[in-house]
Amino acid sequence: MSQPLASITQEVVLKAENLVKHYPIKAGVLRRTVGHVNAVDGVSFELYKGETLGIVGESGCGKSTLGRMLMRLEEPTAGKLTFDGVDVYSQKGADMRRLRRDIQIVFQDPYTSLNPRMTVGDIVGEPFDIHTDVVPKGGRRQRVQELLELVGLNPEHINRYPHQFSGGQRQRIGIARGVALNPKVIICDEPVSALDVSVQAQVVNLLKDLQDRLGLAYVFIAHDLSVVRHISDRVGVMYLGKIVEIGDEDQIYGRPTHPYTQALLSAVPMPDPTLRDVREQIVLTGDVPSPANPPSGCRFHTRCWMAQEICSVEEPLLVERPDGQSEHDSACHFAEPRVIVA
Amino acid sequence: MTLSAGTGGAPNVELLDTRGVWKSVDGLLLEVDQLQVEFRTRDGVAKAINGVSFDLHEGETLAVLGESGSGKSVTAQAIMGILDSPPAFITGGEVRYCGQDILKLSEDERRRVRGPEISMVFQDALSALNPVFSVGWQIAEMFRKHRGMNKSDAQAQAIRLMERVQIPGAAQRVKAYPHQFSGGMRQRIMIAMAIALDPAVLIADEPTTALDVTVQAQIMQLLADLQQERRMGLILITHDLGVVADVADRIAVMYAGRIVEQADAFELYAEPAHPYTKGLLDSIPRLDQKGETLSAIGGLPPSLTNIPAGCPFNPRCHYAQDICRIDPPPPLREVGRHRFAACHFSELLLTHSPELAVTQTTEEVEAHLELGLDYPVAAGGLDHDQDMERGGEPR
Repeated sequence: MSQPLASITQEVVLKAENLVKHYPIKAGVLRRTVGHVNAVDGVSFELYKGETLGIVGESGCGKSTLGRMLMRLEEPTAGKLTFDGVDVYSQKGADMRRLRRDIQIVFQDPYTSLNPRMTVGDIVGEPFDIHTDVVPKGGRRQRVQELLELVGLNPEHINRYPHQFSGGQRQRIGIARGVALNPKVIICDEPVSALDVSVQAQVVNLLKDLQDRLGLAYVFIAHDLSVVRHISDRVGVMYLGKIVEIGDEDQIYGRPTHPYTQALLSAVPMPDPTLRDVREQIVLTGDVPSPANPPSGCRFHTRCWMAQEICSVEEPLLVERPDGQSEHDSACHFAEPRVIVA
Repeated sequence: MTLSAGTGGAPNVELLDTRGVWKSVDGLLLEVDQLQVEFRTRDGVAKAINGVSFDLHEGETLAVLGESGSGKSVTAQAIMGILDSPPAFITGGEVRYCGQDILKLSEDERRRVRGPEISMVFQDALSALNPVFSVGWQIAEMFRKHRGMNKSDAQAQAIRLMERVQIPGAAQRVKAYPHQFSGGMRQRIMIAMAIALDPAVLIADEPTTALDVTVQAQIMQLLADLQQERRMGLILITHDLGVVADVADRIAVMYAGRIVEQADAFELYAEPAHPYTKGLLDSIPRLDQKGETLSAIGGLPPSLTNIPAGCPFNPRCHYAQDICRIDPPPPLREVGRHRFAACHFSELLLTHSPELAVTQTTEEVEAHLELGLDYPVAAGGLDHDQDMERGGEPR
């Protein structure tokens, strides 16, 4: 965005502070804990009202675990999450249920996230069974039909089953369920990556449209950097459980300072053959290290072409570093802007 | 044929006599001619491929681009001769390899083509590799079965190949099992198996779709190097317009079992001659732009058991006229130098003629499609390999 966040009110709805999730690794006859998978390892960010925060990273970087933690589908190992000033992880019972209305999720796979034995009306209306005061009992069917219409489905299809719909339409059903309780925040966990190219655009447009109409804030988790740029106001790049760089869309794509972000961007194939030999590609060697045994110091140093001795010893902090025009948060000792995407 | 141990350095010497049977004619390796495949299922006949034709030359990269259910994977499986029959039946057409129709060969002769001549890399390496045999054993199997090598020679060859595809510590890891490798490494093993017998044609079916972008870049680089080194003809099957733009020489765009456009990569991206190609290019978000609303193609790909009359794309097409709905599907015809498209209005599309005004708005297209949406659509499912039967784009 050229006018940085001008259109967005700077009101924080969701604030994550140092979120940590470690999964125990059990082994042996006694199932003793022999180690931990550090899925999410100290993630902090703020989500403003009505904005979209994109989270990108390769598989295994902890982005989906982070999404589930924001929903409190996973209990954190450490850290604090505040929604509208309320500490999410200390809520119990009815208070927690009340809170869940405001944070909803859209899952990646529209084939397994909808119950095949329930009609579309039951799926979209199910949130009202739990939160009975949102819509009076008699008005439910009508509300479900409104929701179906809102996401671009035929309201007359309320009695159909998920298998009667295509992938894109099923994802619309998942979105209708997500907005049913008028949430303030929706976590979108790879919402378009299971869809075909031509259908993907329809769903991306729908998500943008709903955001404008309902004033939703999105945490948009995806591995497709093009889609994330398209939809996000700000973007965080994750590597092995940590955010290595975060900034607004222009800073991350236009002036990335972390080598990992640069490599990630340069690896994305561009749909333009004329860039074939012009574009410089940084091909990283090797795979992402195991999160059960992350490298010391900077976690990226094993694959980084800029790594020096300090990188394996001292972990760089995620702090503001100059990017040529302004400053944005980057966790690299040698942060330096580099133009990757023209 | 016997082979001495330690042929390591010069594998091509022994290959000459097997190659004798198959010799490309003026560099032309493979001709697919009016291929037709249908799936006879309980729910009816799904016409997966309806007359697909293309050529492949030595050293050329042909990209077959299409969404799920467009028939791109079935085309590959038909060429390889690995379609499950039933339910799949090849109902017409020829696949000529070096001038000979390989569809007419006996299963025995076919087996001698599959591997040494035409070989394939599958999308999902974890399900394509056998979990109960070590990777070295599986790669070496190619040499044992096709070349009659003994175990130790075959294993030496397997290690050499694993080194060639840049698997670190190949000699130590030759006895490891597929689950002990990462996704990228497994894909390298698949590639090693595919190139083991030095095939002339390599078919790569979504080779990088299940991989992360940084690993994808490594694998595409490896494929390009191998192709260069061996002058292979490469058929790259994918739905990713980015991957195609990076590597393809020629592109064939498929829709509902037909090739709707075939052109040089540069020309296709610069000036699409078919409304579907144009729609695809317009609908993808770009990494180098912060876009406004994406111009999505309305509706969905048709069900293959119920392909619309006329041009199969007509219900979703902004330019559709009566002729598109009534006349039989337009054939793939030459619309420019070395470029082909199956649309009545390609010339107008290419010249950006004002005559070709948008005749349907997006809302009209959507309304038109409302009827079409009633059947369970071919697209769907996350079943990676059986792209055809269940459709579904991989994550």
